[in-house]
Amino acid sequence: MAENFERHSDISAADLARLTQEAQAEATPSTAKIIWSEFKADKPAMAALIIIVGFILFVMIGALFINTPKMMETNIMGYFNQPFTADYWLGADSAGRSVAKQLIVGSRNSIGIAIGLTVISSTFGICWGLISGYFNGYIDWGMQRIYDFMMMLPMTMMIIVLVTIIPHYNSVTLTFIFSIFYWEGTSRLIRSRTLAESEKDYVAASKASGTSHWKIIFREIMPNISSLIIVDCTLSFAENIGVETGLSYLGFGLPSQTPSLGTMIANANDPNNITQYWWTWLPAALEIIILCLSISYVGQVLRRAADASQRQGALD
Amino acid sequence: MWKTILRRFLIMIPEVIILSILVFLLAKAMPGDPFTGSINPKADPAQIHHLMKINGLYDPWYQQYWNWVVHLFHGNLGNSYQYQEPVTRLIGSRAANTLWLALFTMILTYVFALPMGVYAGRHEGKLPDTVIRVYTYVTYCIPFFVILVIGIWIFGYVLGWFPTTGSISSDATGWLHTLGSRFYHILLPGLLGALFGTVNIVQYLRSEVIDSKHSDYVRTARSKGVPSKDIYRHHIFRNSLLPIAAFAGYSITGLLNGSIFTETVFSYPGMGLLFVNSISYRDYTVITALVLIYGILNLIGTLLSDIILSIVDPRIRIQ
Repeated sequence: MAENFERHSDISAADLARLTQEAQAEATPSTAKIIWSEFKADKPAMAALIIIVGFILFVMIGALFINTPKMMETNIMGYFNQPFTADYWLGADSAGRSVAKQLIVGSRNSIGIAIGLTVISSTFGICWGLISGYFNGYIDWGMQRIYDFMMMLPMTMMIIVLVTIIPHYNSVTLTFIFSIFYWEGTSRLIRSRTLAESEKDYVAASKASGTSHWKIIFREIMPNISSLIIVDCTLSFAENIGVETGLSYLGFGLPSQTPSLGTMIANANDPNNITQYWWTWLPAALEIIILCLSISYVGQVLRRAADASQRQGALD
Repeated sequence: MWKTILRRFLIMIPEVIILSILVFLLAKAMPGDPFTGSINPKADPAQIHHLMKINGLYDPWYQQYWNWVVHLFHGNLGNSYQYQEPVTRLIGSRAANTLWLALFTMILTYVFALPMGVYAGRHEGKLPDTVIRVYTYVTYCIPFFVILVIGIWIFGYVLGWFPTTGSISSDATGWLHTLGSRFYHILLPGLLGALFGTVNIVQYLRSEVIDSKHSDYVRTARSKGVPSKDIYRHHIFRNSLLPIAAFAGYSITGLLNGSIFTETVFSYPGMGLLFVNSISYRDYTVITALVLIYGILNLIGTLLSDIILSIVDPRIRIQ
């Protein structure tokens, strides 16, 4: 292409290089750059980001070195071992199982499910919102009625009922069951933005020049609302941690032999545990709080980065 | 406007029908049958067969569904296997507890949220606004059940200020004492629910106040010499009150969904705890009835909010 250009253009190579440089300097900075400068400007956000990434890496790698079935074996010698001892950094629960190890494996499971749930439900919600918003009219009407119906269902109850009906379930099935009920928020947000976006000139121009609907939706509208999608995914990730842990807490999430942050907090259901043996449940509760706050804080920063009028980071 | 309300009602009918079909099919998919528990293990299989046949359990599902709906309209939801009493009576005794708690939480939520929203909007960008924003953000992010557990630990067990189980103490006599004891039992869950559920109302009210600060009627009031305090209290707050009231319907649905957690943590004998217990006892008639009731209550809540909003905000009406 460059050769072709040289043959047909009377701009010299030096000029071309200079012009390119100028254009690049004036162009809007890339999304990644904006987000990065936003994080650099906001120290707490940077701290939150480091906490999240470091923690997720730590539990993902740490869990690999822990033999889960062996860890979940009852060890009567460690019955309610006090925390901060050499063998048990965070003490042990009623079956003498190390709380610290359970916390690592449990975090891995809970975070893994939350990530899976975010990926599945957000993908579905984004597609739903894009299609519903773009094909205004009967399709939108029908999809909105399905949306209304889903909103009416008592979510927690439906999930619990489904979990009881399905005889053998593991974390993958569980993630899919959760996903059935958690796409609505995303779809609603994406739909309203898509409605506004489809009114714009570039969509009309694209339609007029005969671009297919799918290409307009996924190659033209979706990239234009990508910042919104990133923000929404982060925020729903924080929410989804609460979803799995909440149901595991009630006893309808992961089975009891698979540790999760929720099943660990469920130790608090025993009045003895909650008062005397605080180390069996409090670390998990604090961990959820810190994780959720940090992730949502990162989400807030991303939201700021997406909205030019709120940015704090200085570019150039 | 009546058109909107009527249309909203008409849409509701198929929703209820589909919900009932869904609930019915889920109940069918659950293991066991309605005679589990009422028959002793020595019962003759042929006899069970006969019972199933008489009760129409071999009919096609739409026939069974129809029978179920007819029973439903007669107020007959079957018998609870665990408690051996009609489901309607069982739920009736628990529903009051749940609704009582939900209502109390909702009132408290408004009591906390309204002043905060107006105050944050009035002092937009200043310190109080920042504090309130951080507060709503923190309360919104933390999963509610974690707050409940930590709340009951600190205030129920460590400090011992509040009761940790039940809806009424066993030695309460006389109506005043009974009422007081009931109130005492819902105080902590209500307070926690209210303190951690203000985010929607505060944010809405805040942006509403900020919007109306620069509107013409406020400028008129100012130029008339109305004191600033009265402008916020009488002019702006009044105007924002109706859409805020419309949130009540949505918050009912949120509270009902949360009731499963609240009642489990506080061992509070309401519908949520009944549901969790029934699941562990596989008491299917109760489960089905509760899912249906919660679904219909959700529907009514959203309906109420939509109608109020369509009265208040004409933009929603145009469709």
